[in-house]
Amino acid sequence: MIALAAYAPLIALVGALINGIFGRNLKEPLPGYIASAAVFAAFVLSVMAFFGLQGQEHGSNVQLWQYLSAGNFKLNLAFNIDHLAVIMMMIITGVGFLIHIYSIAYMHNDSGFSRYFSFLNLFIASMLILVMADSFPLMFIGWEGVGVCSFLLIGFWYGIKANADAARKAFIVNRIGDFGFLLAMFLTYKVFGTLNIADMLGHIQVARVLPAGLTAIALLYLLAAMGKSAQMPLHVWLPDAMAGPTPVSALIHAATMVTAGVYLIARIAPLFAASPSASMVVAWVGLITAFVAAFIALSQTDIKRILAYSTLSQLGYMFVALGCGAYWVAIFHVFTHAFFKALLFLTSGSVIHAMGGEQDVEKMGGLHKYMKLTSITAFIGTLAIAGVPFLSGFFSKDAILAHAFTTTLAPVALNYIAYIILLVTAVMTAFYMMRWYYLVFLGKERLSKEAKAHVHESPSLMTMPLGVLAFLSVVAGYFGLPEFLAKNQFASWLENSIEVDISFGHPPVWLEWTLILISVAAAAIGLGLAYWVYSRKKSKAMLRISNSAIAKFSQSGAGFDGFYNAGIIKPAEETAEGLALLDAEVLDTGLSSLALGVGLFAGLMRKIQTGYIRFYALAMALGFAVLVILAAFWGKLS
Amino acid sequence: MIGTEYYIALSAIIFSIGTVGVLSRRSAIMVFLSIELMLNAANLAMVAFARAWASEGALAAMNGQAAVFIILAIAAAEVAVGLGILVAIFRYRETTELDLLSEMRL
Repeated sequence: MIALAAYAPLIALVGALINGIFGRNLKEPLPGYIASAAVFAAFVLSVMAFFGLQGQEHGSNVQLWQYLSAGNFKLNLAFNIDHLAVIMMMIITGVGFLIHIYSIAYMHNDSGFSRYFSFLNLFIASMLILVMADSFPLMFIGWEGVGVCSFLLIGFWYGIKANADAARKAFIVNRIGDFGFLLAMFLTYKVFGTLNIADMLGHIQVARVLPAGLTAIALLYLLAAMGKSAQMPLHVWLPDAMAGPTPVSALIHAATMVTAGVYLIARIAPLFAASPSASMVVAWVGLITAFVAAFIALSQTDIKRILAYSTLSQLGYMFVALGCGAYWVAIFHVFTHAFFKALLFLTSGSVIHAMGGEQDVEKMGGLHKYMKLTSITAFIGTLAIAGVPFLSGFFSKDAILAHAFTTTLAPVALNYIAYIILLVTAVMTAFYMMRWYYLVFLGKERLSKEAKAHVHESPSLMTMPLGVLAFLSVVAGYFGLPEFLAKNQFASWLENSIEVDISFGHPPVWLEWTLILISVAAAAIGLGLAYWVYSRKKSKAMLRISNSAIAKFSQSGAGFDGFYNAGIIKPAEETAEGLALLDAEVLDTGLSSLALGVGLFAGLMRKIQTGYIRFYALAMALGFAVLVILAAFWGKLS
Repeated sequence: MIGTEYYIALSAIIFSIGTVGVLSRRSAIMVFLSIELMLNAANLAMVAFARAWASEGALAAMNGQAAVFIILAIAAAEVAVGLGILVAIFRYRETTELDLLSEMRL
């Protein structure tokens, strides 16, 4: 029953092929239904695997075929369907299915309808291969596959140059991470002599490798994870990736692909657990990303860019959890984040759809009365991500905060620093999400005339997935209640796959409650402050704040793009221009004068070619005579 | 017995006559004849040397003579092909004047 799940990627791939080859001839909704059916079948298989794994200690290993055999290196492709993988598979196919359904309505009347669903199915197939892979090379195949699909879908409307640029940017920045992945694989093979994940992790426990070697490998895998999961400083592609269709942003750039880095580190958790210094780097990367991205999100005005920076910030939270050694917590946050962030993106897609393509929150407001269902579900998502109690985001975020506070993997001082940074970030999260919600759905209407004539609630094909995701955003947290309240099902489920031995401090129950109250207070402060600020009329003090240098800094994305432009792109362009000049002036001139010389010489030589046979015969005779004379003088004829 | 050097001298004279013929005659037939002269001058030299080396044993004598047979066979084949070409050229151009056959010039 578990092994059947190995067919899930194949089904999605077949769906992609059908839509890719015959899609053009199918009438509009049909490609969408084919694609959705394929993903639904994959979802059913994943759920079957989930139930098959109940009570099992080990996952199921499905051998596919031998992929490589070079000398004594052999690589079998195999799927490892275990407890961790099956969680990811259910997220990918479950959320993926809802987004497919949503897309049927969202992409209505688009000329690339079948192409879109072909890419989307291809993405699902690649992502499934990524999470099910038994070895690094197979994971890398999925890793590159999702990268390609991301590229294709960001640049889906490639007629607009900005979209094509964004797609290229995503691809190029991701290549840096992929490069890390490749180097990590080389080093893994050099050090451990295997590329099979389980074998490698087994060798770590035998501990015959120098800690420095482990740290180097871990840091290279971290680089890979930073590229795919858009951690600073490799995050610049994600905000631009919003150029793609909104359901794509929901599926790829919020719920699934960007969590691949988190998954990778959780998958090889024993490696990071064995290297505290690498874990420390992971935690700091996460902390910086969480904080800075939340800071940038405060002042963005594009409805999707706010969410994109929010995704970065939440991914930062996950990395902090990974760095603290709380691997199940990271996956738990992946799990809850997939629901509420997909929900938020889909609601903003619904808004964009209703507004006829408008994405500027300054030109929205008061949409609640036009689209109640979207507004209510968006509100649930906002509360969930802000960390309001009893919603899913609260449990996962609180688990991250608590584990950052109590981890023993990092020095104690870091615990408090990490905790405070995360807490401030939580306040900012609640603030920018409330700002997002208020500017879009509440307050004064700032709609343009065309938008106002166009605005309407989205069709039920779009609102249904919103309802399901809103429901999941509420309940998903109850799988991972804090340890001191109830048995944590999420943690005990993942213990089967992630075998690490990291101890966490056990603070007294009163302190646990205090921590929970503090994070509730953080959410309340953020939400309340945003509501207060944006429901009031703009005062002079407010204007001064929004015109201040720090606000400008936030608006510009903390200057990363400017830095890359000035530091990397400009010099590269100047070098290229210099080389072009060198090419044109020096190389081309040199080559053409050389060619001219050859031509002149050939013109001289051509004179000899008279065409008279007797002349040639004379030349031969003379040449022969010369040879004979030379031989007579220097040769040893006598 | 006549000394080998006389044969070689005769061979050189015939070869020179052939060379001059190739270089100076305009008719393709005559050039062709001259080439045959040169070939047979070489054959004569070869046979003469074979005879001179005969005292060294039958094998040494056979070397030169075998080469002569090969040259004769090749010359016969060459004549067949060469004359065929000449006839074809004559049919086409109604002349075998070599200086008029210079289309290969650029």
